Amino acid sequence: MQIPAAFDYARAESLEHALQLLSEHGPEARVIAGGHSLLPMMKLRLANPEWLIDINDLTDLAYITEDADVVRIGAMTRHVELLESEALAGLFPIVRDAERTIADPLVRNRGTIGGSLCQADPAEDLSTVCHVLGAELVIRGANGERSVPMAQLHTGPYETSVEQDEILTEVRWPVRPRTASAYTKVERRAGDWATAAAGASVTMGADGRVEDVTIGLTAVGLDGGTATRAADAVRGQTPSEDLYAEAGRRAAEQCRPIGDQRGTEAYKRHLADELTRRVLRRSVERATAPLGRGV
Amino acid sequence: MQVSMTVNGEAISREVEPRVLLVHFLRDDIGLTGTHWGCDTSNCGLCTVLMDGAPVKSCTVLAAMAAGHDIRTVEGMATGGTLDPVQQGFMEEHGLQCGFCTPGMMLTARALLDRDPNPSNQDIREAISGQLCRCTGYTNIIKSIRWAADHQSETAGAATEGS
Repeated sequence: MQIPAAFDYARAESLEHALQLLSEHGPEARVIAGGHSLLPMMKLRLANPEWLIDINDLTDLAYITEDADVVRIGAMTRHVELLESEALAGLFPIVRDAERTIADPLVRNRGTIGGSLCQADPAEDLSTVCHVLGAELVIRGANGERSVPMAQLHTGPYETSVEQDEILTEVRWPVRPRTASAYTKVERRAGDWATAAAGASVTMGADGRVEDVTIGLTAVGLDGGTATRAADAVRGQTPSEDLYAEAGRRAAEQCRPIGDQRGTEAYKRHLADELTRRVLRRSVERATAPLGRGV
Repeated sequence: MQVSMTVNGEAISREVEPRVLLVHFLRDDIGLTGTHWGCDTSNCGLCTVLMDGAPVKSCTVLAAMAAGHDIRTVEGMATGGTLDPVQQGFMEEHGLQCGFCTPGMMLTARALLDRDPNPSNQDIREAISGQLCRCTGYTNIIKSIRWAADHQSETAGAATEGS
């Protein structure tokens, strides 16, 4: 029987209240949102908070708002809302691609984007999505608000630059014209963590060349979250199978996977290569589709 | 701490430790053992209940987090001695063998049909994809939910015609 160790519980009534509770109860207090990562870790004693600050009542942090140049996602937006959003599916197809592979429908009813990013699990899919989309994260503390780029959010496995008395409140994805994206994942069984996964966002130039590109890899030990050397090979070039192959080769070279029960190092490198090709191909197809949003 | 919620339409309040999981609150504190308890790791979905109408795994929700919310368990499916069409469907189409996954499967089916009265078989498969049947009786579970969808709309149609 798996039961968390004893803790005290407080339910925040507002963001300010949550921040106040966090500073009041100090370093052993943790925020709980959907709880589908934190509670399992608490059952296994991998996390032992003395206080849980429940922010599920902060429904004003659950929103998807679309402006001309940026989409803002409230940190309490649940996976199911990201999956079902037609606005997101049009602007950032990578989101629906990824969400379809995240756990299962019941878990997606509870888990939140803020929780997923703050859990900082190296195999977590939305983190790669945020790297690929060039996300900005809005973080609130007692002394006000700051924003950090995705590259600065994770400081290591399960570690973030969100201070103990701060809360991630919003994720911002910049909207770029002629841009499309894709995500694909290999998993041992439906709903599992990634053996490896890849995401890409491609901006096409008017001349048919790739104007800009970002490639992200999940669960293969990629420093900084993006496969920069693979992207360098693609930027400015005309899309072709040879180009995707070169990008895949570079992505496999740049990552540093560790062999484990999900696969050997060699297999994961093979996946990094193959999945990079697939997401580039898919992103370019989507960005150049006659009726697509990317045109 | 005092935890109060609505379970199957009834206001419930109990004094529990903050670490009590919703599945144990339902089974041990209020005696509703229809909610089954399986893997403890949010994988198997046996413990599925509806929270404000949406299926959730009650082994991964604290009772404290469910406070103030509307919880529905398998005990709340039949109304006035009449089975829910989903329950009837599981009888008609032999949707259960050992019965361990059945309460969770039926609640997920109820939530699906509340959202979409006429789901495709693919929609049904997706909806139950977070729940395991160790008898591997998925085909009959899908048929059972299909039966409920088909007969539910007949019932609704009849009611509309009669009104």
